[in-house]
Amino acid sequence: MTTNTTAPASASSAAGNFSDVTASESSLRRFLHGLPGVDQVGADARAASLGTRSIKTTAKEFAIDLAIRMVDLTTLEGQDTPGKVRALANKAMRPDPADPTCPQTAAVCVYPDMVGIAKETLGASGVNVAAVATAFPSGRAALDIKLADTRDAVEAGADEIDMVIDRGAFLSGRYLDVYEEIVAVKEACGPAHLKVIFETGELQTYDNVRRASWLAMMAGGHFIKTSTGKVQPAATLPVTMIMLEAVRDFRDATGQMVGVKPAGGIRTSKDAIKYLVTVNEVAGPDWLDPDWFRFGASSLLNELLMQRTKMQTGRYSGPDYFTLD
Amino acid sequence: MATRATVRKTYKLYIGGAFPRSESGYSYVVNDAKGKFMANASLASRKDARDAVVAARKAFPGWAARTAYNRAQIVYRIAEVMEDRRPQFVDAVQQSEGRTAAQANKVVDDAIDRLVWYAGWADKITQVVGGANPVAGPFFNLSSPEPTGVVAVMAPQESSLLGLISVVAPAIVVGNTVVVTSSYERPLPAVTFAEVLATSDVPGGVVNILTGTAATTGPWLAGHMDVNAIDLTGVAGDAELATSLEQAAAENLKRVRRAPATEPDWSQDPGIDRMTGVLETKTVWHPIGS
Repeated sequence: MTTNTTAPASASSAAGNFSDVTASESSLRRFLHGLPGVDQVGADARAASLGTRSIKTTAKEFAIDLAIRMVDLTTLEGQDTPGKVRALANKAMRPDPADPTCPQTAAVCVYPDMVGIAKETLGASGVNVAAVATAFPSGRAALDIKLADTRDAVEAGADEIDMVIDRGAFLSGRYLDVYEEIVAVKEACGPAHLKVIFETGELQTYDNVRRASWLAMMAGGHFIKTSTGKVQPAATLPVTMIMLEAVRDFRDATGQMVGVKPAGGIRTSKDAIKYLVTVNEVAGPDWLDPDWFRFGASSLLNELLMQRTKMQTGRYSGPDYFTLD
Repeated sequence: MATRATVRKTYKLYIGGAFPRSESGYSYVVNDAKGKFMANASLASRKDARDAVVAARKAFPGWAARTAYNRAQIVYRIAEVMEDRRPQFVDAVQQSEGRTAAQANKVVDDAIDRLVWYAGWADKITQVVGGANPVAGPFFNLSSPEPTGVVAVMAPQESSLLGLISVVAPAIVVGNTVVVTSSYERPLPAVTFAEVLATSDVPGGVVNILTGTAATTGPWLAGHMDVNAIDLTGVAGDAELATSLEQAAAENLKRVRRAPATEPDWSQDPGIDRMTGVLETKTVWHPIGS
């Protein structure tokens, strides 16, 4: 079992106001390094044990439909075309054309230049458009370029912005730079929701994941997201669990809820269900909602649909019966 | 000299080139023809069948894309490795089927010869069942056979080695991948055959061997939307099960090889219909220039 990691007294007493923490580089470092360390072996073991739950029959049906509703259907390739994005947007609205009871996904996630096309196709369907901005996936660009990138995406109609943090600055200990960049991007987002991508595969340690989580939450991110999907390892269950602990503790300290989005590497229905179990057990059932938990995925959706079809027809389905994307 | 402890084996399944235990955790006792304990075998569940189909589907494009000549080499290689393991096969057949050593030797001979025979067909079946069609127009019109895809096979219950090879070899030699449920009471020749496959250049997933009952795995394989053909030879004599499997197979219009009333005599000339039954015909029209 991992211990409850409530924030140090300085944070709790501030009750949602972290201005004293973020006032200077040194106070921010003191706060982040004052967070309790993560027991790596314990975290891995707890995540593994949460992955052993058996979810069957009606619970499984519920989990699969919930997982479909949580998918941010993603295409982030250099070879993306308007046609591909339109096809993906249509799939997000009607994942299984043969079954009208199949719920739609939460969002489609595309590069900023494709936002207009996605928005046009999705219209008022309720499926959001998420755009990756700020020089995704490396985040290696000047701040004004990142902000312009963000504004472009929002102007084109993006409902959600997925930004990447400057891992170079984070790893060299310039936490305030990272913090201020998130704050600036959030301002540029205007009404759009902001998801902050850590690229946990580059953060080296679980301690860093916990620090990055707090940093992003204090800076006002609506969601914290594991990875871009371009770096291996992408999302893992222990990393997601640590982020879920962070959002739970952040709500205890401030009353504010922050969402979590694992992305990349989640390919099977079984994996998705393991994540949902972890959400329920670590953060609590409040997070079992597309507003507070998302999967960044592309191939996962077909797997979920195949399982859904299997549960409804009693026959195993095959990839021939779903679109390629 | 100290007495040796008996090594009691529990054999595993063969899925995707690996030897996993049954997902269900169940195994069953395999007795010889006289009712004496031989070994334990894994009892395949529906999820093992599902995993095997996934492995077979994954292996299909690569296997089908190999040249016929290369598939022939690999099937011939299986025969070579079987020849090396001859004593083990003779023992397994002798005990499982209750035969004399001479009879068992003959069965193993036939099984190896059958593999060699089918290996030879790999690059010849196209010429026999394909060809140029005369058409009324300025076109070359060519028909050529293409593998059907993933083939589920219910292997014969009586003939545990020769029967098994006679149903698996024709499906793979023309480019299909196979999920086969072995004889329930006589699975050990199939297990040894799996060990041969694993060491004879056959890519993982081309042949997947499940030990267990046709009644357990059959309905899931017959109903599986990602299986393209099913061979019901192994449910010979069980008309009720055969009918229900045919009905389940109708959902995605699988090719079905119907169950015979009794198991055929495997020592006879097999003919080519087991190959043509798992082939599709592709016809292309090509304009003739002037």
